[in-house]
Amino acid sequence: MSGIRARFKLDYPGFSLDVDLHLPGVGVTTLFGHSGSGKTTLLRCVAGLRHVAGGELVVNGEVWQDADTCLPPHRRSIGYVFQEASLFPHLDIRRNLEYGLKRVPEARRRVGLEHAIELLGIGHLLKRKPDSLSGGERQRVGIARALVVSPDILLMDEPLAALDLARKQEILPYLERLHDDLEIPVLYVSHAPDEVARLADHLVVLERGKVVASGGLTETLARLDLPIRLGEDAGVVLDGEVAEIDADWHLARVRVGLPESHPGGPVNLWVRDSGHPVGHRARVRILARDVSVALDRHDDSSILNTLSATVVEVAEDSHPALSLVRMDVAGAPLVARLTRRSVSGLGLLPGKLVWAQIKAVALIG
Amino acid sequence: MSPSDLGAIWLTLKLACVTTALLLLIGTPIAWWLARSDSFWKGPVGAVVALPIVLPPTVIGFYLLVAMGPNGPVGQFTQALGLGVLPFTFAGLVVASVFYSLPFVVQPLQNAFEAIGERPLEVAATLRASPLDAFFSVALPLARPGYLTATVLGFAHTVGEFGVVLMIGGNIPDETRVVSVQIYDHVEAMDYAQAHWLAAGMLVFSFLVLLALYTLNPSGRRR
Repeated sequence: MSGIRARFKLDYPGFSLDVDLHLPGVGVTTLFGHSGSGKTTLLRCVAGLRHVAGGELVVNGEVWQDADTCLPPHRRSIGYVFQEASLFPHLDIRRNLEYGLKRVPEARRRVGLEHAIELLGIGHLLKRKPDSLSGGERQRVGIARALVVSPDILLMDEPLAALDLARKQEILPYLERLHDDLEIPVLYVSHAPDEVARLADHLVVLERGKVVASGGLTETLARLDLPIRLGEDAGVVLDGEVAEIDADWHLARVRVGLPESHPGGPVNLWVRDSGHPVGHRARVRILARDVSVALDRHDDSSILNTLSATVVEVAEDSHPALSLVRMDVAGAPLVARLTRRSVSGLGLLPGKLVWAQIKAVALIG
Repeated sequence: MSPSDLGAIWLTLKLACVTTALLLLIGTPIAWWLARSDSFWKGPVGAVVALPIVLPPTVIGFYLLVAMGPNGPVGQFTQALGLGVLPFTFAGLVVASVFYSLPFVVQPLQNAFEAIGERPLEVAATLRASPLDAFFSVALPLARPGYLTATVLGFAHTVGEFGVVLMIGGNIPDETRVVSVQIYDHVEAMDYAQAHWLAAGMLVFSFLVLLALYTLNPSGRRR
């Protein structure tokens, strides 16, 4: 019984939460929404830090809350990373890490202290006190501390929100390693589209306490009713792998979508070479505003990535001048933000064959 | 210094030590509850605890005397337990001192607990610590400056009391005659030289205690 089922209903003046979710028991699930959308409240409900009468929570077949029971937080197998690292100021880093570890029976320990220290690169900090650490270092310790209790689920409440851009860039690679190294499912609260694009496998979009979308990252991001909420960050994320390196031009070919053997063929995207070897699992992000559409193929343009695509859906965007066009490229979704005049002029309707010209592809991890 | 002076000093220290120890034990749960409860009773309980700050010691002494006397409710209870009545005994003095110094222990502790906030305890809970475990492993260490202040103030205030002692304890050598009462006796007897010894001693002691408090605990706040 893998997976998480969460049902909570809260009603306050000015704030309500009404969710009924089935989430996968593996990978990173991002709870995405603006402030006040209820994402942190939902996370606190899962942790048991907030009690909601009548709620229901089953994690990997284990009942944490239902009509009869409600486990207190310390009896739930969670790891919780707070927005501010919230290290214990009276303990040095090692004893902060050991605080939770000591309270977990040895038979239940799966993540070793040394492993967590190595994973987050905090070995040189162990003897220091929390107040002598930088914000980024503190948050890495906070994450390691949550890991060493060997949780069945890791809950992260905007762990990067309190950090500046440089510190974020410092921590993101560690979060990705976490994702690749450990088989602990993660619930990750965020309001930052770039974090979602980089880390999520599964995306839950919350708005005013309600779930407006829940599904795999690629499919959910390609839904045209959601880009409106992402604004300038609307776009798709595709998973693939590095297939070829062009050393002369410092470019890498990333293969996404269908496998090579499929008649539709794989989708190849040329991106800046960032040093990843051939075979490296790569994720690319293509913003809707960076995609344009042409009826004929233009090889006399500066654009490297021109793909044959089929229009699937055309929808209104937030501004009346703009439309969002979803296309299918050999099984991979692509979204373009175009003016309505262009859509009308080119006669873009579902089923139409077009050439998608992609001005920028970002390789994210 | 006469043997009776030394007896008074010894008695005073004994009283202050016992009282402070009891106050920390009793004051901790009261302060914890006051710091974290949303109950309607928080206001009334807080007010009762703070009463000794504003009331004349004689008023507290008077009501304690009535309550602990042979016909008072506390007196009836202690007699039923076979302990006799408490006024004019060392035990009675301890009970009165605990009441009288309670706010000086509860309030610093309450402030310290409030300053800790909810977050460290939530963190402890997510790290598998039960509420009691979290109290001892997180709240107590973080409230240490508050405990230092509470201990010093509780001790010093007990050493410095006079009115309540006179009402409840009277003036029985080695039983209830503490330093402040002894000084009063010396002054009554026009024995200023003896009074000076004890009074100056008290002055120096109080100054040193407060000096230690302000040096060790500069802000009185959490670091």
